[in-house]
Amino acid sequence: MSAPTAYPSRWRRPPTLIRDPRWRWALRVGALGYLVLALGALELDAARIAEGLERGAHFLRGFLQPDFTSRWRDIQQGLIESLTMTLTATVAGILLSVPIGIGAARNLVARPIYLACRAIVALSRALQEIIIAIFLVAMFGFGPFAGFMTLTFASIGFLAKLLADAIEEIDASQSEAIRATGASWWQLIHYAVQPQVMPRLIGLSLYRLDINFRESAVIGIVGAGGIGATLNTAIERYEYDSAGAILLIIIAIVLLVEYSSSHVRKYLQ
Amino acid sequence: MTARSTAPPRYPQVWTFRPPRTRLALWVGWLLLAVLFLICWRLMNTNTLWWFVADAPSQAIDIGQRMLPPRLAYLPELLVPLWDTLNMATLGTLGGVLLAVPVAFLAARNTTPSMRLVRPAALLVIVASRSINSLIWALLLVAIIGPGLLAGILAIALRSVGFVGKLLYEAIEESDPRPVEAIAATGAARAQVVHYGIVPQVLPAFWGISAFRWDINIRESTILGLVGAGGIGMKLQASIDTLAWSQVATLLLVILATVVVSEWLAARIRRALI
Repeated sequence: MSAPTAYPSRWRRPPTLIRDPRWRWALRVGALGYLVLALGALELDAARIAEGLERGAHFLRGFLQPDFTSRWRDIQQGLIESLTMTLTATVAGILLSVPIGIGAARNLVARPIYLACRAIVALSRALQEIIIAIFLVAMFGFGPFAGFMTLTFASIGFLAKLLADAIEEIDASQSEAIRATGASWWQLIHYAVQPQVMPRLIGLSLYRLDINFRESAVIGIVGAGGIGATLNTAIERYEYDSAGAILLIIIAIVLLVEYSSSHVRKYLQ
Repeated sequence: MTARSTAPPRYPQVWTFRPPRTRLALWVGWLLLAVLFLICWRLMNTNTLWWFVADAPSQAIDIGQRMLPPRLAYLPELLVPLWDTLNMATLGTLGGVLLAVPVAFLAARNTTPSMRLVRPAALLVIVASRSINSLIWALLLVAIIGPGLLAGILAIALRSVGFVGKLLYEAIEESDPRPVEAIAATGAARAQVVHYGIVPQVLPAFWGISAFRWDINIRESTILGLVGAGGIGMKLQASIDTLAWSQVATLLLVILATVVVSEWLAARIRRALI
């Protein structure tokens, strides 16, 4: 007991997340084993990759010297379709998701309505835009109308869910005060709920506008119109300079929308 | 005191939220929005064939009937593509995270080596990666390096860089400066300050962000096959092209199950961390 305890001369940082060393080692070994398995299943064709590097350089050149002019008519058509699709789908999505969002708020409606609205929201959130687009293109034919329907449907899942969550979190004392004056259900929504969730709804709508534009660039790949269709065509024709121009335009518009919508949201809060 | 203040002010009879001028401005705003909507609607539908749209309900019923008994015998064929899809998402997330960590440290205000030069470049990388969807990345990469899993992994990785990088650099900027100052005061080198002062603070956020992105990547990797980037999406594309709707139904069920399981798993990991 009298012998001095040997302390390590260097301090080591204690582990922050997983304190049990057995778990730590098990996780490390498991991760390593998985990596070996997963990388082993990967088939790499060296000749194809070498060829790809050359094409990649070709694409990079196209990206650095984008060609806006020779396909400008197609690009313009795609952009108009994308932008109009984005706006109309966002507006229609908001109009539909406000009633569904109110219906999906537990503190405002009866239980059957709540469950039905939550089911709609869950259905819309479970499927990716692309898969919805495939079905809607099969139903409505090629073109931006199918894209509009897709984005509207996808917006409902996003907006209605977040709106319902916002309504469930409102300050209950205000709605109690309004209810105590003998207000009807509509008056309750108008005077107690709407003022509390309106800034959040506007913020979410702008955010969804931003998302819808990004998605509109994608769903064109399966035939739902917009700039994605133009991009797909350009890549299939190996016109990398036009593809580079389209990508630059997409990045610029996304930046513009994101920047302005974040400004408006900051101003509202 | 002027004479005006003695006169009793006249109030409107019915209480309203806003003064009349604001209300007018609001109405004009709504009107402009409605006009814009109508213009966009007209522009969008110049080439729409309305008889095709009107036909949609019967088309939907038709597709629904063809889908309805989902062909479960197709399931065994899906196991290998499913494994490929999981690998694509996981390896892609891994690659994206490895690339995102240095980018995030270069982009964060408190760790960047130069505010003028390096920070804007790192932010540009993040923005470019974020604004291009992984399906578009896959489209490009399939054209460049050919169809297959590698294109999918790279597409997922390139898309994840921006997402993880953005959330991580925000977490780094929000970290508490006091431990950092304390470690700097001991005479620690820059790398030591980052290692002992910042890394422990952002580590839980880092794992949370990675799990979140992994969940999103599982979701996205199921569809990357549509453009030829391997995985279960390729089976989906093949089934749609041959109009085998009962196989499509099976595929959708598998995709849905995968997404639900990965969401549950990611939520558990995040709850354990935070």
